[in-house]
Amino acid sequence: MFRNAGSAAAARGLAVALAFGAASAAPAQEITPPDVLVKTVTLEVVEIVRSDKDIQAGDRKKVVALIETRVLPHFNFAAMTASAVGTHWAKASAEQKARLTDEFRNLMVRTYASSIAAYKNQKFDFRPLRAKATDTDVTVNVRVLQSGTEPVKIDYDMEKTARGWKVWDVRVADISLTASYRTEFANVVRDAGIDGLIRTLQAKNQKAGEAPAGRS
Amino acid sequence: MSAGRNGRGGSGWAGVRAVAAAALLAFATGCATTNGGDPRDPLEGFNRSMYAFNEAFDDAIAKPVATAYKSVTPEPVRGWVRNFFANLADVFIGLNNLLQGKPLDAATDWARFAFNSTLGVLGINDVASDMGLEKHNEDFGQTFGRWGVGNGAYIVWPILGSSTARDSVGLLLDAYVDPVRRHEPADARAFAGLLRAVGHRADLLDASRILEEAALDKYIFQRDAYLQRRRGLIYDGNPPRDATSRARGQPRAADADRPFEEPAARAPAPRAANSYEPREPANYAAVLAASRVRH
Repeated sequence: MFRNAGSAAAARGLAVALAFGAASAAPAQEITPPDVLVKTVTLEVVEIVRSDKDIQAGDRKKVVALIETRVLPHFNFAAMTASAVGTHWAKASAEQKARLTDEFRNLMVRTYASSIAAYKNQKFDFRPLRAKATDTDVTVNVRVLQSGTEPVKIDYDMEKTARGWKVWDVRVADISLTASYRTEFANVVRDAGIDGLIRTLQAKNQKAGEAPAGRS
Repeated sequence: MSAGRNGRGGSGWAGVRAVAAAALLAFATGCATTNGGDPRDPLEGFNRSMYAFNEAFDDAIAKPVATAYKSVTPEPVRGWVRNFFANLADVFIGLNNLLQGKPLDAATDWARFAFNSTLGVLGINDVASDMGLEKHNEDFGQTFGRWGVGNGAYIVWPILGSSTARDSVGLLLDAYVDPVRRHEPADARAFAGLLRAVGHRADLLDASRILEEAALDKYIFQRDAYLQRRRGLIYDGNPPRDATSRARGQPRAADADRPFEEPAARAPAPRAANSYEPREPANYAAVLAASRVRH
């Protein structure tokens, strides 16, 4: 989409963002609290996965659609990508940032789809949020309970934005989704630059797209 | 992903000795291959060849066997197998909790063992979890970490997979006290060890497929994930926040040449449960801007 729009759109976006950022200093009304948001979305998605026969039969497209509509709106992929790319993020142009974000987003969607496909009726334990009402950066703790193993922690690092609370990192069993990519990305950028990283991610996403869907 | 941490001991003590011998041999060759790589991974050359070996072993043997096991056993049966070995492990998980100064957790672990071994019929049913006695994940490597021992070099062992210098010593102790390894007669021991390893690999089939899809370089992805995971385990799920969630795009001059930090070197204090540290990202406007370009 923005690939055609180019950097002009990026510049426009920046201007809009700055204006928006200034406006958002005013107290925002009716923003769903982060812990409530995580709980609602999780239960919603699990309910759909449970009741949808196509998803249970391994319909990959439906899982991806589910993620796109229910989960992704609550993620700040630019922030996640920035975290994964690390120190090199500052050196990227606005267009490179947008393309990196797009590719990283696709990668995350596929990974997330596989995780959802692996879901098997585990129970969730939504931990009470420990934060002040004025906090703008919190961690929401969820635990997945299953017989015979210790509970698996899922931590959502969330940040308050003008458009509600957005997730900027997910840690599963203390493994950060973004930090896990940091070394890999840094290596690619060191050898082939930011554009090299974009190409690598594109190739990875394309290759996976060609693989038969719902493979187990 | 190879058989993994809990799949160890399948081949018994002789296997461990063979692995140790292979490691000594490999140290000699592996040390030469450090060309400005990750300071946490000075043995990367050796580790990568071990990783390749493990991948080949996994593709040829472990994964097919685990897949077959999964297809011939219904989930309840696999659950019994998983619970049976998990129950045996609770005894030394309790000991490790005690060594780490967590007597209440240790008491929980031993109560779990008592209830599951009796009411749970030799541990095949995890009744203790239903009673609210939560399972823990501890081993000697974590105990050393808790005592302040750093990771040391990252090491990939044949079959056993990811480890570190510290965790390898822990692994030897874990294997030494392993009730399966001490079981007589040898036939039953071998069967039990194999069953545990296969069951464990079967449980990881989904995870390894996700790894396959997620990683650009599986070796690095798995290494970094392992180090993060172990760090999390040592702090019982509350590691100090900043070493893993730090970089968030802020340019830091020191990081350009040295993108990693040994967590132990920072001597961080364990965080209280569910605590948080508000931060103001320096690049907030830029991040928002980039996110808006899409919409």
